[in-house]
Amino acid sequence: MNNPNKKRLRRTMMFLNAQKPGLLKDPFLYGPDSIMLDLEDAVAENQKDAARFSLYHALRTIDYHGCERVVRINGLDTPYWREDIRCAVAGGCDSIRIPKTESAGDVRLVEEAVAAAEQEFGRPEGSVLIMAAIESARGVMKALEICESSERLFGIALSGGDYTKDLQTHITGTGIELMGARQNLVIAARAAGVQCFDTVYTDLNNMEGLREDVETIHVMGFDGKSIINPRQIRIVHEIFTPSEREIVFAEKVVREIDAKKAMGIGVFTVDGKMIDIAFYDGAKRTIELAKASGVYKGEL
Amino acid sequence: MKNAVGREIPEEILQATGKEVFHGNHYYDGYEYRKDGPVTRCVIHSGGSKLVDNIHDALVKCGIRDGMTLGFHHHFREGDYVVNMVMEEVHRMGIRDITICASSLGKAHDPIVPYIEDGTITSIESSGVRGKIGEAISNGKLKGLAIMRSHGGRVRAIESGETRVDIAFIGTPTCDDYGNCRGIGGKSNCGVLSYAMVDADYADKVVAITDCLVPFPNFPAHISMTKVDYVVVVDEIGDPKKIATGAAKPTTDMRKLMMADYCTQFVVNTPYFRDGFSYQTGVGGASIASTISLAKIMKERNIRMRFGVGGLTKPMCDLLINGQVDCLLDTQDFDLDAVESVKDLRHFRISAGEYADPFNKGAVVNKLDFVILAALEVDVQFNCNVVVGSDGVITGAQGGHPDTAEGAKCTIVIVPLLQGRIPAICTDVTTVTTPGESIDVVITDYGIAINPRRQDLIEAMRNVDLPFRTIEELRDIAYSIAGEPERVQFGERIVGIIEGRDGTIMDVVRQIQPFAFAQTEGQS
Repeated sequence: MNNPNKKRLRRTMMFLNAQKPGLLKDPFLYGPDSIMLDLEDAVAENQKDAARFSLYHALRTIDYHGCERVVRINGLDTPYWREDIRCAVAGGCDSIRIPKTESAGDVRLVEEAVAAAEQEFGRPEGSVLIMAAIESARGVMKALEICESSERLFGIALSGGDYTKDLQTHITGTGIELMGARQNLVIAARAAGVQCFDTVYTDLNNMEGLREDVETIHVMGFDGKSIINPRQIRIVHEIFTPSEREIVFAEKVVREIDAKKAMGIGVFTVDGKMIDIAFYDGAKRTIELAKASGVYKGEL
Repeated sequence: MKNAVGREIPEEILQATGKEVFHGNHYYDGYEYRKDGPVTRCVIHSGGSKLVDNIHDALVKCGIRDGMTLGFHHHFREGDYVVNMVMEEVHRMGIRDITICASSLGKAHDPIVPYIEDGTITSIESSGVRGKIGEAISNGKLKGLAIMRSHGGRVRAIESGETRVDIAFIGTPTCDDYGNCRGIGGKSNCGVLSYAMVDADYADKVVAITDCLVPFPNFPAHISMTKVDYVVVVDEIGDPKKIATGAAKPTTDMRKLMMADYCTQFVVNTPYFRDGFSYQTGVGGASIASTISLAKIMKERNIRMRFGVGGLTKPMCDLLINGQVDCLLDTQDFDLDAVESVKDLRHFRISAGEYADPFNKGAVVNKLDFVILAALEVDVQFNCNVVVGSDGVITGAQGGHPDTAEGAKCTIVIVPLLQGRIPAICTDVTTVTTPGESIDVVITDYGIAINPRRQDLIEAMRNVDLPFRTIEELRDIAYSIAGEPERVQFGERIVGIIEGRDGTIMDVVRQIQPFAFAQTEGQS
């Protein structure tokens, strides 16, 4: 199974209530990398079928202009999730997000249902990816197992609200309560070679707070962040887009390593910094990210 | 007969009104005419007072009779009490066939609808109407025609004698017993009296109505005692909470912010964005947001605005406070910050005539570089509709839209591609209120279209990174999302006309009829 979308750029993943046509009709205008059409918490218990209906028709009729369409299904402890998957796969979604994931078994259960739906609705095998949301202490402790559970799994995401409740604390705005989980998840994801996404920042009036939060998780190694409002997109993208200085430096590193390798030189300096082969992948990643963000016009 | 925007104007309307069809924006350029003059009255005896006890007595002294035209201004916006209290008295006196000539009418005036229905009021001339008056007109309840004209067009109609105002009622926040009116002070502070100035100059009788009588002289007067016949003091001329409120919070709606950002980027990339430029904008969320973002770029690039015009809001007045604009020219104040700003010596009051009248020797709008406007609909010819709603009911006002759009070198209309579920960019607007030749750019959330008449702007934007599309492409996207709407179903009777600035007929508005589904094949 080799779905090229597994590694796509996912700096921002914007939550949208799948029951609200006004939100579903054109979120791509704001330029998020992914949208997450929510059938779970945003939808009232007695509206689940109505939400599936609008989700299905939105997926079938709206051109999302290359924006990834992730569907958050209801929890595996509810009677809804199987029908959610059928609807989402039939509609043509790109990925399924599993809430409250606590084990590799959870992922495999969903994987089976997704594969069955692909077959039922004539979609190519492996075309629908999966991501797992970690929302409990147990989920955090099982992160590596979850990350390695399925070929379809492109990443994991921390869901801070439920996680802090489980931890018997609350969101403080400082990030202290999330430190362990963030660190653990990003290490597990990197170990397994999948992506890792941070939880939402809920204070819409505090753009400076958001900026600090995103700067933190960017440095920690996260691939992106869940967001709840299009106003948050620009800040996240700004921080995740390599600066011109970083791009120029990465370009030099890649070119120098390529050139020096041919000459048999292993260690050298670029702009006064000692460089060796260990810098190569990072520099390549910077270039790829710059390309995907639309700011790199060079030839590498 | 077809006019220059392709609208068929029925012969009977041309005959009934004596008007011509719209021939294009510059049809009357250079036209010479003699202005109309009011009846005036010599007051020579010394001392005295113009105070009369109540509106009834003022009406009697002014010789109110059937068929007269009464003038009103709209500086008290949705807080206005003056129109209602005067019309209530007119109705009580049994007067009929009144024409109301107002600079605008809104929901505040819903209570006069019964006077339309019973024939007290039989004609309305206004820049627009909202609320129940609009519904009454569109349902055919007004016996005569509603004439919708721009702010500049109203001054033209009065100055040229086309409309003779018999009695003007000027609500004024402060007044002395000799009729000196000021737009500031008192409890109904509206800042300026710009729209009332033409009434004071041209009405045969002028009645000032105030709820704050001050000792003579109430100077400097915005409307002078030399033009006022009577002064009436009432308990309240308006609801201050609805006249001018605290400044609207800047919008947090990302769609509006995005369009505002497109607008600012467009503005700064035109050749007109240079030191000493001029600018006018409206009160919508996107317009206000674009003023705020423009101010940032002006600061970064050290570019100053020479003058800002119009109905003013806090962001424009902030430019004055921050020294980013040399002066403001004020026709109306939309919030308390604007009312407060009038005290600044660089904040000038101007009359509606100075602002926008096409039939004088040059108006301020002619000197505008940019105007940022909104619209209900824009069609592929760039014609705008700002008056008639998607249900066919009159529900908006031309205001200064046609005036500023024609005058400004770069006229930008910001409109979301879909208004609710109705495409705002369409093949044909329901009603043309501002001709496409006046509109240079349309900015939507889905992209920006430049009027092909403006090849210079298209050239200026060649290397600018904004989502440019043709207007037809924008329409097609709108139709692909919402479908092509069925046209509004109107009856035959014409209930209103949309005047061009010069008094020619831009379009007509017909009576609405209840919606009926089109017969489709196979339907029983």
